[in-house]
Amino acid sequence: MTAIAEAAPAVSTSDTLTMAGALNRALADALTEDERVLVFGEDVGTLGGVFRVTDGLAARFGEARVFDTPLAEAGIVGTAIGMAMNGLRPVVEMQFDAFAYPAFEQITSHLAKLRNRTHGRVELPIVIRIPYGGGIGGVEHHCDSSEVYYTHTAGLRVVTPSSPADAYALLRQAIDSPDPVIFLEPKRRYWEKETARLDHRGSTLDRAVVRRPGSDVTLISYGGALGTTLQVAEAAQEEGYSAEVIDLRSLSPFDLDTVAASVRRTGRAIVVHEASRFCGYGAEVAAQLSETCFHYLEAPVLRVAGFDIPYPAPNLEQHHLPGVDRILDAIERLQWDDSAPAAGGGA
Amino acid sequence: MTTTERAAASHLLPSADPLGLIAADGSPVPDPALELPDGEVLLRLYQGMVAGRRFDTQATALTKQGRLAVYPSARGQEAAEIGGILALRPQDWLFPTYRDSMAVVARGVDPVEVLTLLRGDWHCGYDPYRANVAPQCTPLATNTLHAVGFAHAARIKGEDSVSLVLLGDGATSEGDTHEALNFAAVWQAPVVFLVQNNGYAISVPLSKQTAAPSLAHKGIGYGMPSVLVDGNDAAAVHAVVEQAVARAAAGEGPTLIEAVTYRVESHTNADDASRYRDRAEVEQWLARDPIARLKHYLTGRGLLDDARQQEIDARAEAEAATLRERMNVDTELDPAELFRHVYAEPTAALRQQAAELTAELTTGNQA
Ligand SMILES: Cc1ncc(C[n+]2csc(CCOP(=O)(O)OP(=O)(O)O)c2C)c(N)n1
Repeated sequence: MTAIAEAAPAVSTSDTLTMAGALNRALADALTEDERVLVFGEDVGTLGGVFRVTDGLAARFGEARVFDTPLAEAGIVGTAIGMAMNGLRPVVEMQFDAFAYPAFEQITSHLAKLRNRTHGRVELPIVIRIPYGGGIGGVEHHCDSSEVYYTHTAGLRVVTPSSPADAYALLRQAIDSPDPVIFLEPKRRYWEKETARLDHRGSTLDRAVVRRPGSDVTLISYGGALGTTLQVAEAAQEEGYSAEVIDLRSLSPFDLDTVAASVRRTGRAIVVHEASRFCGYGAEVAAQLSETCFHYLEAPVLRVAGFDIPYPAPNLEQHHLPGVDRILDAIERLQWDDSAPAAGGGA
Repeated sequence: MTTTERAAASHLLPSADPLGLIAADGSPVPDPALELPDGEVLLRLYQGMVAGRRFDTQATALTKQGRLAVYPSARGQEAAEIGGILALRPQDWLFPTYRDSMAVVARGVDPVEVLTLLRGDWHCGYDPYRANVAPQCTPLATNTLHAVGFAHAARIKGEDSVSLVLLGDGATSEGDTHEALNFAAVWQAPVVFLVQNNGYAISVPLSKQTAAPSLAHKGIGYGMPSVLVDGNDAAAVHAVVEQAVARAAAGEGPTLIEAVTYRVESHTNADDASRYRDRAEVEQWLARDPIARLKHYLTGRGLLDDARQQEIDARAEAEAATLRERMNVDTELDPAELFRHVYAEPTAALRQQAAELTAELTTGNQA
């Protein structure tokens, strides 16, 4: 095995970088620290990936560790499974959400189940990175929100960051995880910049985080829709509602504790995501909240989601994706009683 | 690739007829390209096939007693099953399918642990790392990619290990097979694909599965040397797999081998093969029995006498008796196991569901 002699990775102090840059840093640091880590997929080598997330890695770590594969998604995941069985830690890229579907069989029948099938004797520490979701004007098959296909599958962890710092931390932790992780990268947040300290210790892979505290209503979101949800919280403040925003980060396992604690305080909850609503992730959140927080709820748990349609053509996508107004509307629709909160105040 | 190189690619093509070393009547057929395994190896092959068949009939009997939920017999395919396995070195890996229990046992896995899958107790009852055998694969062809990845990893790690993957004729139609052949060839991975062409994918004959002149012909499109071998000739299968393993271990890349054989029983005990094939066809293949063939050869050469035969039979019988005895014990399964191996650590939700099940079982017991 090639020995890797690189400078120790910087857990940087404060850096301004994009989510794509943070992911690139995470891969570079993981490749440096653990020689079992491999990065491969379509166009991830010389090109650095169509979103440049793997930019420069092949040149720095060599073709044996960062390489282009033949164009075959089942092949990428299937061979990753074999490699992981043989002690390596592959991090593979699916070029776009809908192009991961050819690999679905390998993911659901094997990646998710091999630990279980073998009484825990086979461990598959594999990360499948999937740029997902819309909002970038992509043509068809480039914008699917495919999260529930994976969250419905026992044995997989499913995570999605919404900020550069989280992207770094979650990807490092995903690579360290003994379980297979579906790592969903919200495309429309790839280029958003943040000044952040990159660190992957401390936070855990399966915890949600309160992004903005509030007291009247809990807005639960993740990935691409989180930015919109935060904007809504700002706008709602002007309407007199104090909204708490939770970023789930981990879709499976679901951090019910963090979400329920918030909802028990606010009494109202709205789940926001861009995937279709029917049997979508919001349905699970709503069901779990009604089972565990029913007596605290002042109103039904609402879902604001994409329509139940195939992902629309780019010039129509803005009508499909939940925007600020649609989410604000939902806040208005919650059954606020006559003692409706005063501007800036809590319940 | 230049025209000359392209023309030279004909060396990747399989022979027109399956290679063989011992004819159906037991007479030797010398082949300049293949070396007949020595007497010691031939005897091991013979013994392995006798034991394999005894295991197979025992497993079939266990379905009748309700001890196994289902069993896909490999009777008639002993030469391909055993010939291939015995050509492996200890450090090599086997990637078998549901039909290859005989091969898995021959590789040294405890037969009771092999049969947990078919008994319905657990999906894979053995530790893959103990005998270097991947879990038996039920979805068709998916194991081909695992084998390629495993083999490629061995190369990356600088380990001398070759992966042998077993698949059926039907499985060659699956996309995963094509991706695996392509990946293996592009990566020059140390992997050997052994297709057991046993004539049928459940009820569908080979003629409806492919229009290729042979399944081995598929290798050339991927740039991989391919071999067509008589799958009822254990000596020939052993020789070609051994060659392919040596090539792979020497860094010369993968090989595709098609072993032409026949599934003399139904697809599983639940299938009725008389609905899709003639008895006459089966009879024809019974006459090409791989065990009888090698026996003729060995006795003709004085390598096998009655005493040795009795010894081999007795050993197979004893193994079957032990298996029968061990399988006739009711197993106790721990329901808590359901939640234990989903993730490295059970999630909060799984811990709660485990508690719910425990409570349910406790109340159930009290009722
Ligand atoms: C992906 C997939 N599709 C369908 C099946 C159902 N099935 C089980 S065995 C079989 C036929 C397989 O034939 P072949 O590959 O020739 O192997 P054999 O059973 O003859 O050993 C089918 C269709 C399956 N196991 N996996």
